[in-house]
Amino acid sequence: MIRDLLIISIGAILINNFVLVQFLGICPFLGVSKKVETAAGMGMAVIFVMLCASALTWVVQKYLLEPFHIEYLQTIAFILVIAVLVQLVEMFLQKSVPSLYNSLGVYLPLITTNCAVLGVAIQNITKFGFSEMSFLKSLTYGTSAAIGFTLAIVLFAGVRERLEGADIPSFLKGMPIVLITAALLSIAFLGFSGLSFQ
Amino acid sequence: MNQIWISVLIIGGMGLLFGLLLGIASKIFAVETDERIPQITEILPGANCGGCGFAGCNAYATAVVEGGAAPNLCPVGGNTAALKIAGILGVEAQEVEPKVARVLCNGNPERAVAKYLFDGAKDCHSVARLGGGDKMCSYGCLGFGSCMTVCPADAISIDTGVAVIDPEKCGGCGACVQECPKNVIQIFPAKSKYFVTCNSNDKGKQTRQNCQVGCIGCGICVKNCPKEAISMENNLAVIDAEKCVNCGICAKKCPQHAINTIDGLGVHFVIPPKEA
Repeated sequence: MIRDLLIISIGAILINNFVLVQFLGICPFLGVSKKVETAAGMGMAVIFVMLCASALTWVVQKYLLEPFHIEYLQTIAFILVIAVLVQLVEMFLQKSVPSLYNSLGVYLPLITTNCAVLGVAIQNITKFGFSEMSFLKSLTYGTSAAIGFTLAIVLFAGVRERLEGADIPSFLKGMPIVLITAALLSIAFLGFSGLSFQ
Repeated sequence: MNQIWISVLIIGGMGLLFGLLLGIASKIFAVETDERIPQITEILPGANCGGCGFAGCNAYATAVVEGGAAPNLCPVGGNTAALKIAGILGVEAQEVEPKVARVLCNGNPERAVAKYLFDGAKDCHSVARLGGGDKMCSYGCLGFGSCMTVCPADAISIDTGVAVIDPEKCGGCGACVQECPKNVIQIFPAKSKYFVTCNSNDKGKQTRQNCQVGCIGCGICVKNCPKEAISMENNLAVIDAEKCVNCGICAKKCPQHAINTIDGLGVHFVIPPKEA
């Protein structure tokens, strides 16, 4: 049991990292990775949203969509859940951590359309087969995927902070060097694909 | 049929439930925002030009309400915006002095001598890097229109080879002043109609060689101004807009045709020079 959960979480954090291997959630990955603090804040927001989203979508799938045989409404139902969660996070941050709210800017409401969040919800159901996926497993998968996202974005923000002071050729300044860095980071993460749990 | 009703009910029910949840949450997490901020943002032009000195219209509105910034700082909205903002705040409005940007150069390719033929990207910054520009005069407008691209009011045209700013469209935000690599655009109070259409600090002889319509620093305008509004700084006449009464004597006396007026159509020579 524990072994299963461990495999799922390591798989989601390192081997199938959402950003760097599956290329989901690239928008906030490039948008909010200028400073480590905001990147970490974004990561925390995504962890919260993904955790709640995988819990709620699992419940929705199990007790609403499946019994009534309306699985084809999956996307709408899940997006609804995610949008509500993001709204909640937004309200909470605006009230409690206004500085983080301001620095996240438009990327906070954009978590709604962050494909990584919907990706987790959908993969929870399709990836291992829904009958295999217990509530606990989908929670683990969602949280680990979000931790993987946070890991990637914080690592990347650290690199980008270094880039600020670097002497970059002028034709690579700005986005080009950022994309190249992201690609290198992605190649580095490909190394984890050799991990196996036999 | 049942299938349709079930799906409608379930999705609708979820929507209703979540809506209620959000409604309750918005009460719990309500943030006290001053309702005057969106009202003021509504009045402002929304160009986010930064002419007021704040990051954008929204930042200015916040600063007006919370930071006590003056309500008359928006150069684009002008008096009407200032009056409305003051009305919302409930304070006396002060008049905004309207300001316009002016290009201190009238040396189009026919009047100013070229240094070399530039065949690169049509961008003032590129030309300015090559020996300070493609004109012998190192102070003048390069005429490639970098200012035109940043103007939020569409007030700048470069039809004659020199940038011309329409004073009726210009709000005086200063975006072009920031952009110009030659610093040939400056902000003036809109009430003074006459201005020196030259920016050259070269000695008179040099200026005359470089351009037909440059200020040579002869001082005739200084002597003739009835209000003593003109002074000579670095071989260039400078009109003090506070003292100027728009009599136009300086423009008529200038031997170089370097003091002129401007309207939406372009620079008007008070006395046209003989074109060579």
